[in-house]
Amino acid sequence: MGDFSFAYSIWIPLIPFFTFILLGLAGHILKPRLAGIIGTTALGVIFVMSLYTAYQYFFVYGMVDGVYQKIIAYNTTWLQFTDTLHIHMGVILDPISVMMLVVVTTVSFMVHLYSIGYMHGELGFERFFAFLSLFSFAMLGLVVATNIFQMYIFWELVGVSSYLLIGFYYQKPSAVAASKKAFIVTRFADLGFLIGILILSYITGTFDFITITDPNGAAIHQGSGTAFLGLSVMTWAVLLIFIGGAGKSAMFPLHIWLPDAMEGPTPVSALIHAATMVVAGVYLVARLFPVYYFSAPEALHVIAYVGGFTSLFAAVIACTQLDIKRILAFSTLSQIGYMMLALGVSGWGDHEGVGFMAGNFHLFTHAMFKALLFLGSGAIIHAVHSNYMNEMGGLRKYLPITHLTFLIACLTIAGIPPFSGFFSKDEILVAAYHHDKVLFFVEYFVAGLTAFYMFRLYFSVFWGKEPHYHHKPHEAPATMTIPLIFLALASIFTGFIPFTELVTTDGVPFHAHIDWGIALPSIGIGVLGILGAMVMYRRETNLPEKMAANLKYLYRWSYNKFYIDEVYLFITKKIIFRYISRPVAWFDRHMVDGAMNGMAGLTNLISFKIRGFQSGQVQKYAFVFVTGALALALVFIYLWTN
Amino acid sequence: MELNEIMFVIFGAVIVFFSILTVTSRRILRAATFLLFVLVATAGLYFWLNYEFMAAVQVTLYAGGIVVLIIFSILLTSNINDRFEKVAGRKVIFSALAAIAGAILCITTILQQEFQATEALAREVNMNVIGRSLMNYGENGFVLPFEVISVLLLAAMISAIVIAKKSKSK
Amino acid sequence: MLYGIRLEYFLILATLMFFVGIYGFLTRRNLITMLMSVELILNAVNIQFVAFNRYLFPDKLEGHFFSLIVVAVAAAEAAVAIAIIINIYRHFTSINVEDVDEMKY
Repeated sequence: MGDFSFAYSIWIPLIPFFTFILLGLAGHILKPRLAGIIGTTALGVIFVMSLYTAYQYFFVYGMVDGVYQKIIAYNTTWLQFTDTLHIHMGVILDPISVMMLVVVTTVSFMVHLYSIGYMHGELGFERFFAFLSLFSFAMLGLVVATNIFQMYIFWELVGVSSYLLIGFYYQKPSAVAASKKAFIVTRFADLGFLIGILILSYITGTFDFITITDPNGAAIHQGSGTAFLGLSVMTWAVLLIFIGGAGKSAMFPLHIWLPDAMEGPTPVSALIHAATMVVAGVYLVARLFPVYYFSAPEALHVIAYVGGFTSLFAAVIACTQLDIKRILAFSTLSQIGYMMLALGVSGWGDHEGVGFMAGNFHLFTHAMFKALLFLGSGAIIHAVHSNYMNEMGGLRKYLPITHLTFLIACLTIAGIPPFSGFFSKDEILVAAYHHDKVLFFVEYFVAGLTAFYMFRLYFSVFWGKEPHYHHKPHEAPATMTIPLIFLALASIFTGFIPFTELVTTDGVPFHAHIDWGIALPSIGIGVLGILGAMVMYRRETNLPEKMAANLKYLYRWSYNKFYIDEVYLFITKKIIFRYISRPVAWFDRHMVDGAMNGMAGLTNLISFKIRGFQSGQVQKYAFVFVTGALALALVFIYLWTN
Repeated sequence: MELNEIMFVIFGAVIVFFSILTVTSRRILRAATFLLFVLVATAGLYFWLNYEFMAAVQVTLYAGGIVVLIIFSILLTSNINDRFEKVAGRKVIFSALAAIAGAILCITTILQQEFQATEALAREVNMNVIGRSLMNYGENGFVLPFEVISVLLLAAMISAIVIAKKSKSK
Repeated sequence: MLYGIRLEYFLILATLMFFVGIYGFLTRRNLITMLMSVELILNAVNIQFVAFNRYLFPDKLEGHFFSLIVVAVAAAEAAVAIAIIINIYRHFTSINVEDVDEMKY
């Protein structure tokens, strides 16, 4: 590490925190535009700091003896319970955390900049920026967490800020419902996370990531001997932790909150529900990857299949939705499924660990192009004032920049070279091919579906028949188009970052080549999807209706998101509420409250009976006083003489 | 019976008799007058005990001050020709029972107690002694209670003015 | 025994006076007569103090001075009480204690 100190990196999370305090407390006296500029400037500063850190880490000081080191840049004891139980707060720098720093600050900065234009004139503009800063703080704190407990704290903070931002339009009942749903579902998942943390720290005796994940250390092998219900205790612990990750990353079956979370402002969707927060689950698994790989390979299989299933499931739903943000939300689910799958099929070391690399690579590229897609959709919504695809069409004439950037993003997500999505997806497919053929073919299919639904969206919005607009759609202001252009460039070029050299399982770089035997069919499938979408949606035809009619049941199920929400509602409303909550509520209302009300009523009754004593007649009081004094005198002089 | 004993009996009889009249008389001005008699008889008792200064204070302050004050306030608030209506029987009976019971209790207690009375001559209590004692902070000095009571009197005077003053707003 | 009179006689006399005062306080309706009863009570206590002083500790003056102070307190009390009575009279146009029951429940 040399004589260079990374200690300044503590300021990367702290600056947004202070911005949050400033905007949260003094926001209402600032001019909205100034508040926006403050927030954006702060993010710009930490964006530059993160890039600098990444440069210093990856290219100058990070590698020692050919291995990327895990550097504790800053550490402090935050809570000291006992000598053995204390909780630290700090900053860890290793390949994935540095990568995440870049991802989070880049997207966050772009979203801040974009929000100045997008949220212009909204009520609570400065509140919005305060929450964005809070979110950035929480997310960065999560990313640089040195121990699992710090991660958990920031994990919850991220959940809170997500809740606040989804419910930003708090006058809208649907937004309120969505924010509550998101919070409750992720909180429910975090219960698993917490239990997992407790088990994990109990069996390893530490919270510290470096100690836990050291493949040669003692901690990682603890608890693999003890079995519970057929799986080792360590497996249970990491599976429970994965439930937390699945909740945040909206893996099936905990995905139901993410589509609804699109009720929040579009920049929020781009930042939180596409690029950063929802990949926290992926990051969590990546962070604990050695534990999964060495102590709980069964858990890795679970992750791979959950990821694979979610990607397929979400892609199918995305093909039938009409709300463009929901399409993107399901697309996000699908892509996160990819990442989870990549981690799940990964091995350890060199080429074996290509899945791990690919998962992180895809996380990186996905953050760029999905943020771009969301911001682009924000620009569209801004222009058209609608979320629904069937109220759009022919927009390419009106929104040239948005159109171009959106097209780039669609090509990227469809996996067309030379855009970045091609590279990362290809690595995932390679990893899956070597590990599990079933998942591999599922992902091929999903790649095609992805291309199809993205270009369905693209053609419907920018081509197709032009509906009647109330007023002519116009291009977004510069604050909105600059982030679009920046992210478009990022989407094009991030694919050339040599991730195999930077982010690997054991910190040792390796070289990988594009396996054209896998890549070419993947491109072919992508092109096929695009062509299918083009045929069906470029011009107005009746093909989509025909398809829908042919696949009647599939279409309807997909359109209704496979009725997962209804299943949840059935379980909660019909079963939990009716058979558990209602009797409990009855007991509370009649027994507990009854007892309390009875006591109060009794007191009241007695008070009314005896209030005559309080007659206001001084002489009555005096009489009672005199007789009382005499009685006391009698008692103490004659009766109680000893 | 010696003269001293006769004097004591007379004072005692006057005190008890007029006390009872004070609390039972149905004319308020008469009650005040009977109170005056009681207070004067009490002053007589102090004379009897050779406490001349105490007796003088009793006459000037009580008989001269308080009773006059009371009579003034009677004249301010009552029609002196009015007679009080009879007090309700129940109230009289219960109050009398309480008072008699209390008296019996106290008197039996007093009679059971054996007091070690001395025959020694009393210390002379003239103005000189009293003045020195009131201003003395050593043994037999009462400067602290004297100061406290003077503050209390001041406070009472101010508060009496404040309470009785007509408020301007009404 | 002092001049043929025992201490107990003084005490009994004072007790009688005291309870007559109590009786008056409990039965009189007029606030001023109640005040007079209070004066009786205070006087009874004064007599006790003075008698105790004279009979038991003739070489000391505590009881004597205590009575003096009680007299002063009684004067202060009478002044304040009469001020209150006059105020009550203004307010209720009555000094009947049974009419002054604003403080009930």
